[in-house]
Amino acid sequence: MAKKSETIIKIENLSKAFGDKVVLDNINLDIKRGEFVTLLGPSGCGKTTLLRMLAGFMQPDEGVISMEDKNILTMPPHQRPLNTVFQRYALFPHLNVYENIAFGLKLKKVVSREIDKRVRKALKMVSMTDYEDRDVNSLSGGQQQRVAIARAIVNQPQVLLLDEPLAALDLKMRKDMQMELKQMHEALGITFIYVTHDQEEALTLSDTIVVMSEGKIQQIGTPIDIYNEPANSFVADFIGESNILNGTMIKDKEVEFIGHKFECVDSGFGENTAVDVVIRPEDIYLVGNVENADFTGVVKSCIFKGVHYEMFVETDKGFELMIQDYNAFEEGTTVGMFIKPSDIHVMRKERTCNTFQGVMTSPTTVEMLGSEFECKDQGLQAGDNVTVRVAFNRVELHDYKEDGKLIGSVHFILYKGDHYHLTVKTEDGDFIYVDTNDIWDNFDVVGISIDKRDIYVSKRV
Amino acid sequence: MKFVAKIFNKRANWAIPYAIFLALFVALPLVLILVYAFQDAEGAFSLDNFRRFVEQPEAVNTFIYSIGIALITTILCILLGYPAAWILSNRKLNRSEITVVLFILPMWINILVRTLATVALFDFAKLPLGEGALIFGMVYNFLPFMIYPIYNTLQKMDHSLIEAAEDLGATPWKVFRKVTVPLSMPGVMSGIMMVFMPTISTFAIAELLTMNNVKLFGTTIQENINNGMWNYGAALSLIMLVIIGITSLFSDGEEQNDSESLI
Repeated sequence: MAKKSETIIKIENLSKAFGDKVVLDNINLDIKRGEFVTLLGPSGCGKTTLLRMLAGFMQPDEGVISMEDKNILTMPPHQRPLNTVFQRYALFPHLNVYENIAFGLKLKKVVSREIDKRVRKALKMVSMTDYEDRDVNSLSGGQQQRVAIARAIVNQPQVLLLDEPLAALDLKMRKDMQMELKQMHEALGITFIYVTHDQEEALTLSDTIVVMSEGKIQQIGTPIDIYNEPANSFVADFIGESNILNGTMIKDKEVEFIGHKFECVDSGFGENTAVDVVIRPEDIYLVGNVENADFTGVVKSCIFKGVHYEMFVETDKGFELMIQDYNAFEEGTTVGMFIKPSDIHVMRKERTCNTFQGVMTSPTTVEMLGSEFECKDQGLQAGDNVTVRVAFNRVELHDYKEDGKLIGSVHFILYKGDHYHLTVKTEDGDFIYVDTNDIWDNFDVVGISIDKRDIYVSKRV
Repeated sequence: MKFVAKIFNKRANWAIPYAIFLALFVALPLVLILVYAFQDAEGAFSLDNFRRFVEQPEAVNTFIYSIGIALITTILCILLGYPAAWILSNRKLNRSEITVVLFILPMWINILVRTLATVALFDFAKLPLGEGALIFGMVYNFLPFMIYPIYNTLQKMDHSLIEAAEDLGATPWKVFRKVTVPLSMPGVMSGIMMVFMPTISTFAIAELLTMNNVKLFGTTIQENINNGMWNYGAALSLIMLVIIGITSLFSDGEEQNDSESLI
């Protein structure tokens, strides 16, 4: 087995943009020898782009990728000492199973007896012995994927890149293949870099998960770290189910949310600081007895999910929580709830209001986000550079885009227990954050307007 | 009225006009060729026409010569057409559909008009008409029929296969030889069918571009029929049909889809 602590791939300051769209934004990542690393994120987060750069099918605008201290960006794909398992298998239709697997070895001019030995070994590894002479088009999806894996590992690469290899398989097959991939990783002892949007797959397989969004790395950590200590609300929302709530850190080890004060284990946030609180649905304990409970609520719905029941409970202060429990509580039941201090996860807020850069065009108008807004006269002159602040709940969204000053589309939705926190992307690519009680869907096109009383400008120095 | 409606209601009946068309213009002529080929001038069964073909060195030579010209044309079309198709299908080298249309455009003009224009062009450039002009004319006329099927297969090819080959260590040249070429073979085969078969039987191009100096097999058939030698002409046509039938057997089954979408 290879030494585990040694870095095999080092990615430094990697950036890439397609026109105006930044797909990778200053990525830094070290990958250790023998590690199973998963790049996890929603579609369009840049994970596939990063993998393609490692394979050599795409060049970054900036940055370096080095493997064993050698810059590999200057190498064309055929010289790079890594192999890829493609999402749609990409098996050569004019070759049979054996010829597909032997393709790389033949190019390297390996003697035919050795090729034979290695192809058979690879086939055994993926449990496809006796399939040598089969036409690849006659194989099922799962079998094709096995051949694709065999074709890559037969070359004995130091690093194996896997681009959503199980995405096209059905659930049962996917679960089986996950286990096999994990065993294969252990048996081969090489580095796996795995791209997926399936958080469960990432948690199951990985030594290290790299959560990506909007071309940036949101968090790097072990599956347990990522699940238990998400770095921000995006990670908390993306990995597993969670209740993400607005809270206030009253002082060290005391936090207030859903209208109640709780003891917690976090400290160092300062006093009376706005924070995000994450509670996993399985970490809220339900009891039928409302006395002595931390807080109470009424069960709004209860659905059987196989192992557990999933319930939505409206708390005494009007917040909605998702709770998973082995016991069912019927709709309409009043219940008491407990949360353990160690299960309350507190995160620093990324922002507490919208902040834009703007220029005054007159004492009562400001230009920002590519448009001119009216604002209160705050004694500023035309031409002053200003910072504009707008509270989340003061941005108005309209069904008809004509009703707004700006047009945007709903980019990301976070439910905060009693309201939605939306990220809206304007046509120019700026982000506006909105708190609302209205229900919107991802990619809804909306009109955006802001009342002049809600625009706070201050001079930028 | 009701009777007519009844006929139209049954979908199978819609095929009747086509069946009549096929019977009259495809099946019947073929049967006539077959019958005439095995008859002598008096209408009695005989193999004289075929004997005459085998015994007459002139006809056999024209036949072999025609196949030779068709082969040369086909090979030249592959050599010129494959790179053109490859460039057209390469997204880095060609970004517009218009260039593809430009290559296909000559096919919109009647073959005789194009050939007459070629004659005028050769006259203008003071180039001699003859065998060279014939091959030029053939290649010029049939090149689009080679480019388009190849372009079609190359364009539909899954790009990840090329990436997979690169990933497994293939240099760009090896990728071309081991993946691109084998996967485009169906297109090449349809191209061959669409060039080789019609070039064996053309006569107009040969007449116009060689001032009737070079005789192709198509010309021989035409001359015989024009001179009232129906039986001998039919026999020659039958021989040609058999040869074309044999070539099409070589590539059968693989590439039915590729010539379908020809503009």
